[in-house]
Amino acid sequence: MATKHLLASGHTACAGCGQAIAARLVVDAAGSDVIIANSTGCLEVFSNIYPRTAWEVPWIHSLFENPASVASGIEAGLRSLGKLDNVRVIAQGGDGSSADIGFQAISGMFERGHDILYVCYDNGAYMNTGVQRSSQTPFDASTTTTPSGKKSFGKKMPKKDLALIFAAHGIPYSATASVAFPTDVQRKVKRALDIRGPKYLQIFVPCPLGWRHDPALTYDIARLAVETGLFPVIEYRDGELASVRKIDAPKPVEEYLKPQGRFRHLFSAPGGEEEIEKIQAIADANIRKFNMVKERPKKEEKMPELKKFTLEKLAKCDGKEGRPAYVAYKGKVYDVSKNNLWSDGDHMGMHEAGRDLTADMEDAPHGEDNMLDMPVVGELEG
Amino acid sequence: MLVPIVAKPGTSRRNLTGSWRTMQKPHFLQQNCIACRRCLLICPEGCIEGDKKNTYHTDYDYCKGCGNCVAICPKDDIEMVPEETEL
Amino acid sequence: MKEFIEGSAAIARTIKMCKPGVISAYPITPQTHIGENLVQFIANGEMECQFVNAESEHSSASIILGVSAVGVRAYNSTSSQGLLLMAEVLYSIAGMRFPLVITCANRAVSSPINIWNDQQDSVTLRDSGWIQFYAENNQEACDLHIQAYRIAEDQNISLPVMVCVDGYILTHAVEVVNLPDQEQVDGFLPPLKPLHVLDPQDPVSMGVLYDPSSYMETRYAIQETMSEALELIPRVASEFKEMFGRESGGLIQEYRTSDADKVIVAMGSVVSTVKEVVDEMRGEGEKVGAIKVITHRPLPSQALYDSLKDVPEIAVLDKSISLGAAGPLHMDLKYTFQGKNVSPKISGFVAGLGGRDITRDSIREIFDRLSGEQINCQFVNLDVEQMVNAT
Repeated sequence: MATKHLLASGHTACAGCGQAIAARLVVDAAGSDVIIANSTGCLEVFSNIYPRTAWEVPWIHSLFENPASVASGIEAGLRSLGKLDNVRVIAQGGDGSSADIGFQAISGMFERGHDILYVCYDNGAYMNTGVQRSSQTPFDASTTTTPSGKKSFGKKMPKKDLALIFAAHGIPYSATASVAFPTDVQRKVKRALDIRGPKYLQIFVPCPLGWRHDPALTYDIARLAVETGLFPVIEYRDGELASVRKIDAPKPVEEYLKPQGRFRHLFSAPGGEEEIEKIQAIADANIRKFNMVKERPKKEEKMPELKKFTLEKLAKCDGKEGRPAYVAYKGKVYDVSKNNLWSDGDHMGMHEAGRDLTADMEDAPHGEDNMLDMPVVGELEG
Repeated sequence: MLVPIVAKPGTSRRNLTGSWRTMQKPHFLQQNCIACRRCLLICPEGCIEGDKKNTYHTDYDYCKGCGNCVAICPKDDIEMVPEETEL
Repeated sequence: MKEFIEGSAAIARTIKMCKPGVISAYPITPQTHIGENLVQFIANGEMECQFVNAESEHSSASIILGVSAVGVRAYNSTSSQGLLLMAEVLYSIAGMRFPLVITCANRAVSSPINIWNDQQDSVTLRDSGWIQFYAENNQEACDLHIQAYRIAEDQNISLPVMVCVDGYILTHAVEVVNLPDQEQVDGFLPPLKPLHVLDPQDPVSMGVLYDPSSYMETRYAIQETMSEALELIPRVASEFKEMFGRESGGLIQEYRTSDADKVIVAMGSVVSTVKEVVDEMRGEGEKVGAIKVITHRPLPSQALYDSLKDVPEIAVLDKSISLGAAGPLHMDLKYTFQGKNVSPKISGFVAGLGGRDITRDSIREIFDRLSGEQINCQFVNLDVEQMVNAT
């Protein structure tokens, strides 16, 4: 089955480019009734060179710092034409444009309340111009303008918290995501585009060239950034923290830092160990701040008397029309309604609530922990 | 006087980036695939396709050989093989 | 209908009749009244238009770029620092061939900061690919905006137009302006039919990377279009005269030049003062005249040459200067005459910077000085005392 991606193959991104993954996930999730305003940067440069473009949707690039303002004009123009109900507007750029040179324009766009989704592809530096630091470059990363050396461990300041800054503008939705969790990226894009008003999404995208890692490790490094606590995956709704992607057991930051050349100096230079401890402290602070570690019910806890479910009764809890969404697994009945990945009793378009899914777990790309973590509401009879 | 200043959609497909590969390419074993679609989602080129279980494969005209599909596959059903390998 | 109205307000009323779908602007003295008038019309329900309150001029220009990209007519106005702040966006707009119209209320540029009139701001953008008009009075200011949309949106042109009006002198002057009817403007301005639009039904990528093998042709195309605009601008001015009943706009205006020995060439409101001095001196038997340059870009070289080829002594009065060289209009005139059969004296004078008053006496003195040697770049009416202690 041929999937028509709205960012076509044949673009000139580096092999393993995190931004190429994310940009395609975003435009595919948005669908073809969209207009994109893009900043100057890697994405703009690798996705087109006259007369070729990889974009299958209407797309415009003007300058480095103005996608948010161009998008504001597009949105106002569409409103003028009465087309805003049927077309979504996305403004996007790298962290260089979004966090620094184009920051004012985004702030203005959000303050005015335009119906636009802004997507920031965060690879932590001005990559297109050759890996210079941005305000999103992480602490102690070596870039060409914050190089490591005898008298330097790299960038002295930590990342500026953009999701929080933009949430503080009073916008209804501000979130982070990562290419390590591609379905989450698409879900968040769809969720954002369903909201009428200003939205922000920051997607963590590793850069093999700029971070100096093996292109095959893009996915793994993106996962490690989340699993160490260094890149929290969260959502703010109307200014309040609404969701946090929890992690089981936080991995030590070394696992994340080691495969990347931009942190190599921390493992070789004298004083490097202390610096790694500082990075660990940043990760630990995030974990505490967002309460990131999954809570497990203690095994010694007495389970309360469990409600009995027949398969018939279970079938009624299919999550449709406001009914609860319950699923049976290995004899217990779990409430999946509040889980991020279940929507109206549907999981990934593949599984339905109201059924015994014990056999299906074998085919899952995840382990049974995902099920066991959910609240138990009863047990299966017979 | 006007010269063209816009580009037509999808014209990037003329550029066959498969020529970038030099050393290795992915081999989709199609044995234990559960059609979770993660390889299709993670591919930076968007050149992996598939529908039901064990039907996933890449388009070698565009595949740059980055290897992320191998990394993400939960069933280890994709492996990198030398470029010359007959598949 | 004739009204006694402030320049800014007259321009706002004119723009209202041109029916833009979206306006975005940022306040800067002395053009702020234009935007304030427009947004009041919108607040009163008198215009089907949105006003996007940009947080800077770089953004307000980018916003109208986005509006034009979806095929809706837009408007913006600015001055001085604001124009310079949006400079890169203006280049982007011209390069992308969006038919936008903006007003520049001419004001001196910092530093030092000075909010009064000169033409340094718009003249700095003369290389950008924007068509540039200079209004002599508020009547012309209004008329030029209507013609601007017509010319910009012509499918063969598709270039943005900047209408320059001297800040304070015109924007804040209250004079009689004959404002047209909505029907006249509707008859003169057909609905916008853009070259390219961002539309999911027919997607295109705009603003694509052009490498050395393809960039130069896009610049040549604009240069060629500027030549085509030299043909269109006088035609539009004639059509305007037919529809609205008065002469307004065009490339240049000749004032008593046919048998003149000396002519002053200038742009904008100072031309009114020059015309008055010309009348006085003609009354004394002097054969003097004036040329008003209305269109500065494209440069109407042929028209200037044809008007001035029999004039032995020409003075160009610039309200700006290319520091390190000379007045821009002066250098344009030298370019026009170089290599031709005739070689009049073409002297250059820089006057009125930072709002320094240009008096009738100064104009007379310029005419008088023309009898002597050719002057390359003379500042008029400098305060010698201030400069006594200069090193």
